[in-house]
Amino acid sequence: MTQLTQLLEAEPAVGTAPPAEVDGWRRPARRGRVVGFLIGRPGLLLSVLYVVLVLLAVFGPAALTSRDPLAVDPPHRLAAPSWQHLFGTDQLGRDLFSRVVHGASLSLRAALIAVLLGAVVGAVIGLVSGFVGGWLDGLIMRVVDVLLAVPLLLLALAIVTVLGFGAVNVAIAVGCASIAQFVRLMRAEVLRVRVSVFVEAAAVSGARWPAVLFRHVLPNSYGPVLALVTVQFGVSILSVSSLSFLGYGTPPPAPEWGSLVAQGRDYLASAWWLTTLPGLVLAALVLSVNRIARAIDGEWAAA
Amino acid sequence: MIRYLLSRLAQAILVLWAAFTLSFVILYALPGDPVAIMTGAGTGQSTVDPAQVEALRHQLGLDKPVPLQYWDRLVAALHGDLGQSVTNGQTVFSVIGQNLPSTLLLTSLALVVAVILGGGLAMLATYTRLSALRQVLLSLPSFGVSVPTFWIGLLLVQLFSFRVHLFPAFGNGGPVSLVLPVITLAVPCSAIIAQLLARSMDTALAEPYIETARAKGAGRVRIHLRHALRNAIGPSLTMLALIFGELITNAVVVETVFSRQGLGSVTAAAVQAENIPIVQGVVLVSATIYAVVNLVVDVIYPLIDPRIVTRRSTRVSAPAVTVSA
Repeated sequence: MTQLTQLLEAEPAVGTAPPAEVDGWRRPARRGRVVGFLIGRPGLLLSVLYVVLVLLAVFGPAALTSRDPLAVDPPHRLAAPSWQHLFGTDQLGRDLFSRVVHGASLSLRAALIAVLLGAVVGAVIGLVSGFVGGWLDGLIMRVVDVLLAVPLLLLALAIVTVLGFGAVNVAIAVGCASIAQFVRLMRAEVLRVRVSVFVEAAAVSGARWPAVLFRHVLPNSYGPVLALVTVQFGVSILSVSSLSFLGYGTPPPAPEWGSLVAQGRDYLASAWWLTTLPGLVLAALVLSVNRIARAIDGEWAAA
Repeated sequence: MIRYLLSRLAQAILVLWAAFTLSFVILYALPGDPVAIMTGAGTGQSTVDPAQVEALRHQLGLDKPVPLQYWDRLVAALHGDLGQSVTNGQTVFSVIGQNLPSTLLLTSLALVVAVILGGGLAMLATYTRLSALRQVLLSLPSFGVSVPTFWIGLLLVQLFSFRVHLFPAFGNGGPVSLVLPVITLAVPCSAIIAQLLARSMDTALAEPYIETARAKGAGRVRIHLRHALRNAIGPSLTMLALIFGELITNAVVVETVFSRQGLGSVTAAAVQAENIPIVQGVVLVSATIYAVVNLVVDVIYPLIDPRIVTRRSTRVSAPAVTVSA
């Protein structure tokens, strides 16, 4: 949640003013603005609440369910959803709701690793590419063009073939596959900021290039990258769960969301809840993340 | 015009070469031993005799230095030889040849459905005067892009195969078995098309020439279809190659869900068996399709927007159309 509020409070596409100065006196007004912004948008408010709920499942699953996600209970196998078992039980009598709750940390951790890997590596390469320019920039951008021509999931499939299976490898594969998008965006931002007057002024007044890069260019060009991080987080959740669904992620007893749906596949005709409910939880999360991404990217600045 | 086409063709060949290089780097040149991966050595479960491992390494040419391997493979690929499947020794070319047609049929049908659904939604949303309807229509695509493909497929199977016995749930049996997979594939893509087209239609409808057409007495339908759509279709066409690539990739998931035989299920099995030559073949197929679709789009683009050719042909070193994903 802390990360989210930071995201919401970080103004995307900050203009030319150095943010550090303004922060001190603008913060109280800004908090009120967040509340007003949310109240005017019920869909967004719902999305934020849902993401908070999922984060609660990640950090404190005990608060949402007291049942053990791995405890089998054969007499109650394939029980339909009821008050005792909100999401019903699976073929071994395990409580599906508790499996979904405990699976949240697996799915989200993988998506988070993927996004951070893609964003950090991509942003560094993009920063260098845009700042150095010349033949290096040309070379990097040609590679990026090719990477963008191959669909993300296919690229991740190829990488996972080489890395081998497992949750971390799937996360790394999805992260590597998303690097190119971050490179392109970061480079575009750096190119935009590099020609602005204050960078020119810094260079003319004798600032060394690391100072120009880290004090002037970087702080003014990461805003849109943050928005892409949110969008890419949704994409990563989908990609990671698709790879898990195909069986390349965490091995079976672990309740990762994609593999939960895959396991329910054998009981499509008799137990609809095994595929429908974990998928619904997953889809709602991606929808919420995308809604928040849309708010960060543009709506917030325009409000 | 000839010059324009030649430059586009060169671009397509360049993309193919680059994709070959990229897949080589990922699959063969990165640290890691493909033979060890393929034989399961290093995981402690290997029952393969070291001499056989050596022989396989020699057969795959992996005992040579990397640049030499790259050259050998590139020359072989130019002669249509992409290597052999590790599991059954079939050539990659014939595996792809056998499985590509059914996947191409599936993805092409899905593209048609996606264009009709997404395009129709965007046109209706920009045409209607009821702002409530517009709001509802424009909020639909964000659902479409958020829902996992495998989940849509399984929901459809549940509803239309097990509740109502309308369509078969699994297999490649005739046109009826295509219905559910096609819909599953089409949903996310139609959402992307709808978002793109609705945005560019709104931009186009705000242009001064629309005002002019209206002042001359053109009807709303004519303004939408003849004036706005023709100018607004560009971004969607540019994205077409990416969208088709996305369809081919999603076919991996969809063919697994519906247990269909095709390039997608071959890919899923190849990744599972760490069958590197097949995976490389599939990456190359996807790149070829990307290049071909882009080429086709480049050829039909001047018919829609005659300004393209004159603008491009004056600058031979025109930069590639950068596509936003």
